[in-house]
Amino acid sequence: MALLQDEAREEIRRLPDRYEHRQSALIPALFVAQREAGYLSPEALREVSDLLDLPLNEVVAVASFYRLFFLEPVGRHLILLCTNLACMLNGSEAIKRHLASRLGIRPGQTTPDGAFTLRESECLASCHLAPMMLVDRERVGPLTPEAADQVLERYRGR
Amino acid sequence: MAAESILLRFTEGAGTADLDAYLRAGGYEAARHALTALPPESVIDIVEQSGLRGKGGAGFPTGRKWKFIPKGAPVKYVVVNGDEAEPCTFKDHLLLESAPHLLLEGIILVAYAVGAGRAYVYVRRECYLGRERLEQAVAAAQERGFLGRDIFGTEFSLEVIVHTGAGAYIAGEETALLESLEGRRAMPRMRPPFPAIAGLYGKPTVINNVETLCHVPAVIRLGPEAYRALGPPALFSVSGHVRRPGVYELPLGTPMRQMIEHAGGLRPGRRFKAAFPGGSSSAILTEAHLDVPMDYEPLQQAGSMLGSASLIVMDDSTCMVRVVARAMDFYKEESCGKCTPCREGTVWVSQVFERILHGQGRMEDLDLLVHISGGMKNGACFCLLGDSVPPSLDASLAHFRHEYEYHIRTGRCDVEERIAQVPAGSHSRDG
Repeated sequence: MALLQDEAREEIRRLPDRYEHRQSALIPALFVAQREAGYLSPEALREVSDLLDLPLNEVVAVASFYRLFFLEPVGRHLILLCTNLACMLNGSEAIKRHLASRLGIRPGQTTPDGAFTLRESECLASCHLAPMMLVDRERVGPLTPEAADQVLERYRGR
Repeated sequence: MAAESILLRFTEGAGTADLDAYLRAGGYEAARHALTALPPESVIDIVEQSGLRGKGGAGFPTGRKWKFIPKGAPVKYVVVNGDEAEPCTFKDHLLLESAPHLLLEGIILVAYAVGAGRAYVYVRRECYLGRERLEQAVAAAQERGFLGRDIFGTEFSLEVIVHTGAGAYIAGEETALLESLEGRRAMPRMRPPFPAIAGLYGKPTVINNVETLCHVPAVIRLGPEAYRALGPPALFSVSGHVRRPGVYELPLGTPMRQMIEHAGGLRPGRRFKAAFPGGSSSAILTEAHLDVPMDYEPLQQAGSMLGSASLIVMDDSTCMVRVVARAMDFYKEESCGKCTPCREGTVWVSQVFERILHGQGRMEDLDLLVHISGGMKNGACFCLLGDSVPPSLDASLAHFRHEYEYHIRTGRCDVEERIAQVPAGSHSRDG
């Protein structure tokens, strides 16, 4: 039985039209699968491999190389807290400790209720907002512990 | 700001992501002029005469890069590097978000100059807003005939496709970007062949950075002399311990001291300590270098480089050991694993820093760092990622060796201890 809905399967089948070589559609296709299935389970990877007619080991090799592909389940919201130089110089370490204690998890983990996955991130190219984080697609900064709490509240129920 | 802003005037206020706003600002006139009045070779000549150099970090002359593209090839590609991820570089994100049509106009000009019918813009995955705005701009430009078939009533046609990465710094290296765009792990390719001869899908390919292409409309509009007379202008990302971190358009050659003033100066009660002039891959400079012009050659003579023109400012509350440890951690995290000196070297260096910062350092660790750094130099690494480790590591050992020694000797940080004695009002949040 297919894991992906017909619509997503059709979307993946159409992706190669934009490229001279079919394999260029692999990264976009993996994002479609991840959007639909939540993460790239072995079944999801196999379906992408079938839909694009690419060897499964190639699909796994690519999925495991890039940081934004999830091979395990993640929370509903992904928090990427930048801890690279500009954010570090502006206190990201304290924000990291604060978020970890508020959420009761360490960076790299997901809250037991499945609401948040917290990750430390490399530079997110928003140094004018340092210290900052990306929550799903939203940039937030400059962060204080209070500002971070408000963002968590806003996303918790979603 | 430069005498005349050529880039940030399109990003200020509400920006020009809206096509009509871009047209009101004079948008697409340079492309119209080039396509209807200039032969492709003239566009290349003008860009070459302007002295425009790549803004992604390598600084290669743009016009010369375009000249490498073989004329007769039936299929050629333009690839735009929008994978901005060099630590503390944030100019391309600003351009993608606030001036996507400026980039599209630059793409039209390069595609026309080299004779390419299709361009791929590789946007960093985390740049969500930039990608959204760029996709909207492509759709709007297509609808109004600035992209697509027979642009400006000429026989020139161009299709622009927006593609994203999936989270990997190495994808910003141009041959690794091509690998990623072809759907593989982003690992750099052997050169030669250079992308100009065999790039995307083995076809001749021009790869340019976002900011680089955003300069091209102004180069065409103003002409090479007037463009050069503006500095030439460049975008500088200024971050760290300044009061107004941000992207500033200033003439190349503006000294660090002045750049810090443009960014609001240091915080009250703080003194300048050190800076990376060109992202974390450039050698750290000190107070003695504050008046060095921020330009390619002067910075090279000072033992560093302009790189992506990202000035990371550090005041006297900064522990240099922690800063370099964080930079080293970045390279360890981002090493693609293709070559041994980088894959292993970055891990070893990080382990030594871990030890020093946890009070378990040994004096001989400093020699060990020098030794590992030496093993990553002189072409030992396959690409620039590994090459990026020695400059800041060596510079920090040369200028701030005493801070390392204090950590090793006492297990504590002398900077933090000094800062702890400063009254709370002027306390920095540095950790």
